[in-house]
Amino acid sequence: MISRFLVAPLLFTACGEADPCEGVTGVCLGLTAGASATEVQTAMIEVPVGGTIAFGAGTFRFESDLSLDVDGVTIRGAGQDATILSFEGQTSGAQGILVTGDAFTIHDLAIEDTAGDSLKILGAKGVTIHDVRVEWTGGPKPTNGAYGLYPVQCEDVIIEDSVVEGASDAGIYVGQSHRIVVRNNRAELNVAGIEIENSTFADVHGNTATNNTGGILVFNLPGLDVANGAGTRVFDNEIFENNTENFAPPGNIVGKVPTGTGIAILAAHQVEVFGNTIRDHLSINIGVISYVPIGSFTDPQYDQYPTAIDIHDNALSGVANVPTGELGAAMITAIGELRPNGPFIVPDIAWDGVVDPARVPGAAGDKLCIRGNGDADFINLGWPLNMGDVPSESMAPHDCAHAPLPAVDL
Amino acid sequence: MKRALLLLALVACGGDDGGDPACDIPGSGPGVDPSGAWCEQLSSYRLFTDLASQAPADGVIPYAINTPLFSDYAVKDRFVWLPPGAAMQWSDAGAFAMPAGAVVVKTFGYLADRRDPGQGRRLLETRLLVRAEDGWSGASYVYAEDDPSDAKLAIAGAMLDTRWIHDDGSERTNRYAVPNKNQCKNCHAEADEVIDLLGPKARHINRDAQLEHLIELGALTGAPAPSTWPRAPVALDPATGSLDARARAWLDINCANCHNPRGAARTSGLYLDLAQTTPVDFGVCKPPVAAGRGSGGRAFGIVPGQPDASILVFRIESTEADIKMPELGRNLVDAEGLALIREWITQLPGSCP
Repeated sequence: MISRFLVAPLLFTACGEADPCEGVTGVCLGLTAGASATEVQTAMIEVPVGGTIAFGAGTFRFESDLSLDVDGVTIRGAGQDATILSFEGQTSGAQGILVTGDAFTIHDLAIEDTAGDSLKILGAKGVTIHDVRVEWTGGPKPTNGAYGLYPVQCEDVIIEDSVVEGASDAGIYVGQSHRIVVRNNRAELNVAGIEIENSTFADVHGNTATNNTGGILVFNLPGLDVANGAGTRVFDNEIFENNTENFAPPGNIVGKVPTGTGIAILAAHQVEVFGNTIRDHLSINIGVISYVPIGSFTDPQYDQYPTAIDIHDNALSGVANVPTGELGAAMITAIGELRPNGPFIVPDIAWDGVVDPARVPGAAGDKLCIRGNGDADFINLGWPLNMGDVPSESMAPHDCAHAPLPAVDL
Repeated sequence: MKRALLLLALVACGGDDGGDPACDIPGSGPGVDPSGAWCEQLSSYRLFTDLASQAPADGVIPYAINTPLFSDYAVKDRFVWLPPGAAMQWSDAGAFAMPAGAVVVKTFGYLADRRDPGQGRRLLETRLLVRAEDGWSGASYVYAEDDPSDAKLAIAGAMLDTRWIHDDGSERTNRYAVPNKNQCKNCHAEADEVIDLLGPKARHINRDAQLEHLIELGALTGAPAPSTWPRAPVALDPATGSLDARARAWLDINCANCHNPRGAARTSGLYLDLAQTTPVDFGVCKPPVAAGRGSGGRAFGIVPGQPDASILVFRIESTEADIKMPELGRNLVDAEGLALIREWITQLPGSCP
């Protein structure tokens, strides 16, 4: 059932159900349990600029995706366990909800079992997501959708106090975006817990990432409209036991993340990793690599070398002795060169060692700096191993610091 | 058109069908009110003298295009209506510019038996794009299965269970999806989120002397010398162009509405519009980005010589919601289009690293 109201004080419900619009100021379209998919989509079309769509408690079922293209809209529910938008058995649409309106807010509801991505927000200026639960209820499976909370080519994005479970790519994925805060979320049982990709100025803090394949990823990939992201701070997160076997569908870049990865930095620039607790990963606590071990590319704009990475003041612990995948194999090989008789335990921090031949060797501004991480150890894999470069465990070349990155203030 | 919001309607908890906004098209011929609300009934626009047979009213001009978008084997009738005295303005590559009040009409239906069109068809929906001073706006009208004499506004789309006899004599079914109003933009906002026309372009309409006819009617102005008119091939007719030209035309009409540098699929970096001349930009040896299951474990969009290693083929032949391409407007496999793309990829020279 859909009801339309001008202002909250006019609200009137007569059938004993709590009014979803109660307490909402401005135009509010209320949707109570039993509302059809057509009524929900109609509300998303007819809601005026700045209006609210309020779902009551209950489960709302959809076989097609929903879309919203109005600016300033808030979608709200009665709580992330009370209001469930279920897309179980979805037959149409590459995502659950597609939002293209600016100044979008969504909170206090759950989106479950979408065929593809869960909540995709494309090209919006101003995105606020809080207290949202995204879940594929059958557990981690390659047939689950790729991304949970998925703003792409957006500006001014806040994702907080939310939970994502089961994404076959990244639970929380912010791509090709500008000014991002991802804080106090929980990402569990995804391939990647949280991923910042080709984005500029992101703060990722206070999150818990556990039981994913990889906890938090900061990636720059080639071939994208928005290239060469820079300026990501990953701090004060709890990243532990991300040892769920990589279940990404074959062919995806996250499929290369070794099972049991804490933080992975791929070809990103100006990344500051500090104050995190990272522990008990089977492959690696923190890995920093270029795109060279990943593959070839043809994007002339793309800078495939990570630069200005600063890893400091983190607490790293646990024994990484089961590295997996091609990158895990590279680590085993490098460790084997250094320690032919073992133990084959991967140090806390690994770097592929690839530097840009076109850059000034050892330029201070480009360096990978590692300091103040307690007794954490390190390996330079000396990639590629058969070209004369020798693996090294010396952290001395990385005893440096970059200027702290600015906070993202939204 | 602006959608009139019934903000004052106060409803307790019963249904509310939205009512019928004021819909008063002046005169007795076809027409729209570009700044008014959508009419609830298609007949209110008087675009047809008889909807069941799709008989257009005077001044409503039928046309066809060279390579249509695949729509689950639906057959389509296309019409354009221009306000009296108004004309479309020629464009070499883009859509013809149209004056306020213009209406572009497309009706979708299923032939009862594709082998014998004489057995009639079931009408599904008629989509309208209406031109206001500030741009295009679209909506669809859905026909009841048992009464095609009128069609009803379906702002939120609809799902229609359909059946027909296919080209090979087999009985086929489809849960046909009528798009919702937002989804118009998915295809029609080719760039910058501005809705535009897809079919009414010189290269698509240039067939069967249609352009000459439009000029004769005074419905199209500004056309250059006929010798310069572009002409898109008929993708499935080898007599109309090279394999490369026909494959690119098929990708252009079926994919490039989103897959262009400013379209909805710009985030993928895969651009399938005709303007692309660098092979990696239209997928050759281009790795996937955020394809999820859509990559099918394949490394590149197009691997020359290897259709079964190419992501494009994987997605064109899939019917799963999160894999199939296009995402919208297709549940079934376009077997003929798929065969064309396979043939094209098979003969592409080169290899991927």
